Amino acid sequence: MRLFMTRSIWTGLALAALLPAAQPAETIKITEYAEPTQKPIPIALTGFSSEVARVLEFDLYVVGFKVVDEVAAQFTLRGGNSPQVEGRLTDNISKAVKFAKAYSGGSLRAQAHALADDVVEAVTGQKGIARTKIAFKVARGQSSEIYVADYDGFGATAVTQDGSVVAAPAWVPGQRKLYYVTYKFGNADIVWHDLGSGTRQLFARYTGSNITPAVSPDGRRVAMILSKGGSPDLYVADADGGNLRQLTRTREDESSPTWSPDGRLICVATRMDGRRVLATVPAGGGTLRRLAIAGVANPSEPDWSPDGRWIAFTAQMRNFEICVAPAAGGEAKLYTAGEDPCWAPNSRTLMFTRRVNGRRALSLLDVPTKQIKDAAQISGNNSQPAWAR
Amino acid sequence: MKRSVLFNFLLITAVLTLGGAGCKKAPKGTTPIPARTVRAPGPGTGPGPIGPGGAVGEPGVGATGQGGVTSETLKTPEGFAQGDLETFEGMLMDPNAFATATVYFDFDSSVVKSIEQPKADSVADQLKLKPDHKLLIDGHCDERGTEEYNRALGERRALALREYLISRGIGGERIRTRSWGEDRPVDPGHNEEAWAKNRRGEFILLIPPK
Repeated sequence: MRLFMTRSIWTGLALAALLPAAQPAETIKITEYAEPTQKPIPIALTGFSSEVARVLEFDLYVVGFKVVDEVAAQFTLRGGNSPQVEGRLTDNISKAVKFAKAYSGGSLRAQAHALADDVVEAVTGQKGIARTKIAFKVARGQSSEIYVADYDGFGATAVTQDGSVVAAPAWVPGQRKLYYVTYKFGNADIVWHDLGSGTRQLFARYTGSNITPAVSPDGRRVAMILSKGGSPDLYVADADGGNLRQLTRTREDESSPTWSPDGRLICVATRMDGRRVLATVPAGGGTLRRLAIAGVANPSEPDWSPDGRWIAFTAQMRNFEICVAPAAGGEAKLYTAGEDPCWAPNSRTLMFTRRVNGRRALSLLDVPTKQIKDAAQISGNNSQPAWAR
Repeated sequence: MKRSVLFNFLLITAVLTLGGAGCKKAPKGTTPIPARTVRAPGPGTGPGPIGPGGAVGEPGVGATGQGGVTSETLKTPEGFAQGDLETFEGMLMDPNAFATATVYFDFDSSVVKSIEQPKADSVADQLKLKPDHKLLIDGHCDERGTEEYNRALGERRALALREYLISRGIGGERIRTRSWGEDRPVDPGHNEEAWAKNRRGEFILLIPPK
């Protein structure tokens, strides 16, 4: 909390002077957001029109680029999109042509995404994320359904048509297969759903709530919260539901498990000594240990980055805040108001939920540059993003 | 009132019937799961089965739990493990029987307040008179929590009411719990008045099939 109390005494006094006198200075809390750690990479786009230009600009923005005029650009992407997308990337300092490519097949959007990924890889050496998928929850009135879309929210299609409540989609890594919670059968049950064949099957239907599935990085195990033992505790089972094992035995309400990329640890939200905390436990069983995170209160919804270095989570202070802390614990950085962050495969971009005018929308945050852009929305409350990775 | 109970009864029956026959109406790309024919993964599935109450109800689980799991300071309460879900299959839900007994909770709390306890007592009294009936407790939250945190909190609320009823002499095997988190508010408003109504535990009477 100290982080928010003291920017400096002088700032506090200066702000206090601007506020009504009735408000005592010591109640002022300044939410200090992290400064960007990287400057956006300036790039110019020339020759692209309408939709393709918009796709390229979006794709590059959410991984740390910024589209600028050519005079200010470090790179220039020259090309066109009639009848197909073509692009040639030039380094404006060395004048070297990094690549020149033409794209065929699929939609113009898909070709533009492919070009954006090539730009990212040529400039940063990292794989792009423009052709990845997300799953999320859409709630309208009293019911909700699971949707799958391109990572930018386009092409959203309903995976369920249950007319019930669904929650917490989780991908099987590398497969078109989801685990999620559905209330369709009168209980909060976990099912798996193969998106290729359409096959769906009950995975966990024990008495009480069966909630928040998380699939291990190797796809062989699933962590989840079950209350069959009399309290919401963390369990792990094989991907077919067998070999169930209880990992926590607390009186508190565990929630939102996430796996370390090596599959050894599971991080979960819980409560210790009356305070809400994040904690880790060996996936094969062992001691539940508090993850020491400084600078925030009431963490929940942890998500371990694919590179293993970070845990993104939601802190609930006056508002919900998107935070990132080192996976081994340490100082948390606050990025923006929002909840339920989920890492992209690149371990730098997060998708999260924003509450806008009482409605929930999906948004993207490039953590190093702090650039934020909303994904395309469909009507209703869009929440609980899960990135296929 | 009689009419509405009857209507509800018919509605529930209709829903259950439709649920059982839903296969034919499957939207393309999805396969409905027959609610009552598929056997859930339960006790006896896979190696190392954990039966209801098996691991948790045992004395001595704590400092040296299964597989070296230790939990010295925090413990799942013993003796509150839930029964087999199959023993509840086919029962009809009557949400009206205890509609006035809804219990309300404080923000971020699952404590059954003393002022709310008489409502739970009335449910216990009714259940004692109907030994073949069972109970479903639905836990709900306001919107001031993250979604899955709230789903776990709603479950804690339902479980707290279940523990309370057990302490009033109702067998735990007669009570099952379900959490809706913040997905089913009674008041969609974004203010304290709405939130207070939404932080609740609802009792649904389960009637044995004829």
